[in-house]
Amino acid sequence: MAKAPYDMTPSQTVGPFFHFALPYSGGETLTNDATLGERITIEGRLIDGNGEPVTDALIEIWQANSQGRHHHPEDGQEKQIDPNFDGFGRTPTDEQGWFRFHTVKPGQVPGPGGAPQAPHINISVLGRGILKRLATRLYFDGEAANDSDPILALVPEERRATLIAKRQGDGAAYRLDIVLQGADETVFFDI
Amino acid sequence: MQQPQPYRREDPAGQPAYYSPDYRSTIERSPRQPLILQPHTLSEITGPVYGHERIGPVDADLTRQHEGEPLGERIIVTGRVLDENGRPQANTLVEIWQANSAGRYIHVKDQHPAPLDPNFTGAGRVVTDENGSYRFVTVKPGAYPWKNHPNAWRPPHIHFSLFGPSFVTRLVTQMYFPGDPLLALDPIYQSVTDPKAGSRMVSQFDIETTEPEWALGYRFDIVLRGREATPMED
Repeated sequence: MAKAPYDMTPSQTVGPFFHFALPYSGGETLTNDATLGERITIEGRLIDGNGEPVTDALIEIWQANSQGRHHHPEDGQEKQIDPNFDGFGRTPTDEQGWFRFHTVKPGQVPGPGGAPQAPHINISVLGRGILKRLATRLYFDGEAANDSDPILALVPEERRATLIAKRQGDGAAYRLDIVLQGADETVFFDI
Repeated sequence: MQQPQPYRREDPAGQPAYYSPDYRSTIERSPRQPLILQPHTLSEITGPVYGHERIGPVDADLTRQHEGEPLGERIIVTGRVLDENGRPQANTLVEIWQANSAGRYIHVKDQHPAPLDPNFTGAGRVVTDENGSYRFVTVKPGAYPWKNHPNAWRPPHIHFSLFGPSFVTRLVTQMYFPGDPLLALDPIYQSVTDPKAGSRMVSQFDIETTEPEWALGYRFDIVLRGREATPMED
């Protein structure tokens, strides 16, 4: 691969003082009354290498709609566009390190070679002490398609559980903690 | 089905390492396991698309968001957003935030005993035009102390957040000012260990951008990830 003609601008930390600029009202709610699909809440805590909650981070999510189509010009799939769902969410972690999004369960999206991926949500973790966006994914507990997901297959089996959100009770809430470092360290992807 | 056109892989030498222990907060917040190399699927080559509707008329002029004018040295910060292949990145959201001219953020957790400015918030946003250009008017931020190490001072900087066209192209960075002696001492700036790469975060004073009797001009071009090869045009 030839070197790119222009060199990328390096990344830097978002720092601790972004709250007056980046979060916006309703950033944690991706749905409105007319959005299609199964309403779900995804929530979790962001934890550092000492097991302490990270209270000054920013979490962003990006996902397909309930039909498995992205609100984006490069998604040319013949699936229904949902004008009431743009698929992006952003929220700061709170004083206990919690983040929470109200969204819909995404449909399946094709992976390498066109084989379907299991339903998943792309996550970015930004924060003080994080010099470059950390990218991970959220998958859903009990989803049969997880067993054949081409991206999960890249992850050593013993670490896959760090990407799978657990259903809370029999409700529509899923929990996934994100652990930056240590024994239960979340799998982060080089994308 | 059309296959997603993947992006170039990042050159790690041009980026900071997650574990950069001179910047103390990275010690407990950096993964210890290697990242898992992942192919780009439709989920990664797509990303949030912003409409113009969320941008207000004074969002690009941080000196006009209050009754009066903020104190400090008025500056114009402008540049182009390109990808690695030199293609202008039109219609991409650029968000900035910064300390005021005294080196104080409006943020509740900033305890630096420097004055707040009632006429300055320090947050702005624009969408790039068809040439990938953006332009802000603001005041030059002050340096401020932090507790990373004894007598630690952050060099004046403006935070930048950009999306580009996909999930892959997300970039958060900081823009610095030319000739600043604090850059050599700043563990965040120095986390980019290649000096040439570091210099890509430093804006350039530009007399052409400078407006007579009004404001100094600085240019800051930003380069986001680009595609591996030219996408087919059909």
